[in-house]
Amino acid sequence: MKNLLSISLLLAVLVGCSTTPTPEEGGAPVESRSGTDVKSVVAGGLDASGLPRELTDPNSPLSKRSIYFDVDKYEVKGEYQAVVAAHAKYLVANRGFKVLIQGNTDETGSREYNLSLGQKRADAVKRALVLLGAREDQVESVSLGEEKPKNPGHDESAYAENRRADVLYRAPDGRGEF
Amino acid sequence: MSRISRRIFLLFGLLTATFAQAQLSIEITGAGASRIPVSIADFAGDPTLSRIVVGTVRADLERSGLFKLVDPAGMMLDENAAIDYPAWKARGADAIAAGSVGRTADGRIEARFRLYDTQKGVALGGAAYVTNSAQLRMAGHRIADFIYEKLTGEPGVFSTRIAYVLKARGQYLLQIADADGQGAATALTSSEPIISPVWSPDGGRLAYVSFEKKKPVIYVHSLATGQRHIVANFKGSNSAPAWSPDGRKLAVVLSKDGNSQLYSVNVDGSGLQRLSQSAGIDTEPRYSPDGAAIYFTSDRGGSPQIYRIDANGGAAQRVTFEGSYNVSPRPSPDGRSLAFIARRDGRFQLAVMDLASRQVQVLTDSTKDESPSFAPNSRMILIATEVGGRGLLSAVSADGRIKQRLSIAAGDVREPAWGPFLK
Repeated sequence: MKNLLSISLLLAVLVGCSTTPTPEEGGAPVESRSGTDVKSVVAGGLDASGLPRELTDPNSPLSKRSIYFDVDKYEVKGEYQAVVAAHAKYLVANRGFKVLIQGNTDETGSREYNLSLGQKRADAVKRALVLLGAREDQVESVSLGEEKPKNPGHDESAYAENRRADVLYRAPDGRGEF
Repeated sequence: MSRISRRIFLLFGLLTATFAQAQLSIEITGAGASRIPVSIADFAGDPTLSRIVVGTVRADLERSGLFKLVDPAGMMLDENAAIDYPAWKARGADAIAAGSVGRTADGRIEARFRLYDTQKGVALGGAAYVTNSAQLRMAGHRIADFIYEKLTGEPGVFSTRIAYVLKARGQYLLQIADADGQGAATALTSSEPIISPVWSPDGGRLAYVSFEKKKPVIYVHSLATGQRHIVANFKGSNSAPAWSPDGRKLAVVLSKDGNSQLYSVNVDGSGLQRLSQSAGIDTEPRYSPDGAAIYFTSDRGGSPQIYRIDANGGAAQRVTFEGSYNVSPRPSPDGRSLAFIARRDGRFQLAVMDLASRQVQVLTDSTKDESPSFAPNSRMILIATEVGGRGLLSAVSADGRIKQRLSIAAGDVREPAWGPFLK
């Protein structure tokens, strides 16, 4: 019922904006700034990966999925507590949802040590989520080490982007990001 | 010390490589303090086959940095020819090898040779190797090993093999090649990363970590049959396999109980046993050659350092103290030294510790060395390094004097592992 309402709201927004190509149901919303100065509003429903839009809408705090770390460190810094807390709150309210935490490192140093370091980073995020009420079986932590860099560069700004843990969601019906 | 520097580029097509464009080049810089002058005469017999065998022998000896090749001036000598010792001595050769290559009655190839000492005027020995044409270069490697051992007193490693991971066109290829990088064959192709290959002591299998299940899982892979099985696929990460010297067990790193910790497991995946207990990261185990101890990396003291524990577990002793990042310990097969990667001023470099004196020597001036691997004679150390943003392999002599680079233009080469002596 709620879903039906969301879809009709979304259609209402799309109809009001004739330059927007009509996406297939469940397709990503297209933002149009041409012509009139209209602020695009996303009306819920599911995104392309079958997740609720509140997890992926750029305006939602839950769309912030990355926690960044200092060199050789695996403590969640204070500036990321709010992001972690938002995800914990969602997991508490939506017990059917699961998350996969992927830990990553920069490319410097040993691949195997980095694999363990990435695991520590993922574990630190998992621990924080569980402390804030997420259930142990809702959260899995894995490491990608230095093997899947988000930024393929070889300088410090690339490395800083790669010292990271990402939160991936899966809905109760099995659809999602992992 | 007179520093000799020379560069030799050898370009070969990889016969069995997946990518037709993959070209291997070897670049040598530096040489031993005193090189043994040796001449390899042109071998008699089938000219085409002889050229391949002799070319392989000469390239192997040259590449080792321990020999100075004396030009035989087009002289062709078979293994039974009378050697004019004074003439070869006058030419500057301390030793001369002569031989022949021909076909046997059953169509295989036989390479015969003999090595002579020009100073003493005596034969040092000889051998005959029968092979098929696909293995012809291996006959050359065997001859080079024989000459190396006779003249240096240590076994040669030209006939051994190396494994490494090639990343090209978004694919990861686990490749096996001759020690000179030629004759590469692909054992495994995956769209997900492959890391940490290690050779079984018998040289027939590799253990490695594959991400094909979207997480690190440890496999053992039989090279001849291509059969592979999972050794460890627990919750969390499964990584850093290391063979026990008897080939029965693997030391592995699992995060199933929380932190990355050391365990041992039988090769079939049974008999899991926890070896280390720490609140931090324990990883990169390697057995000492006698199997009694395990060297590993741990951050239990606040920064990653190398430690040593009994192979059955117990209390750990710290091994490295200098610097804030010492990782990837690899004990030498002769048990005398420990190669590892040290971070100094932000640069990751190959270092070697003499285990008796605990003296540490940094062997390279590079910035991104990784994954050291000793040759089975403990003379050279193969590492992954980076030049111009591209991964390549480098072999460095244990005294740091000789350096060889091995690169493939078509992609990144990483995670080298030097195989054992062929039985």
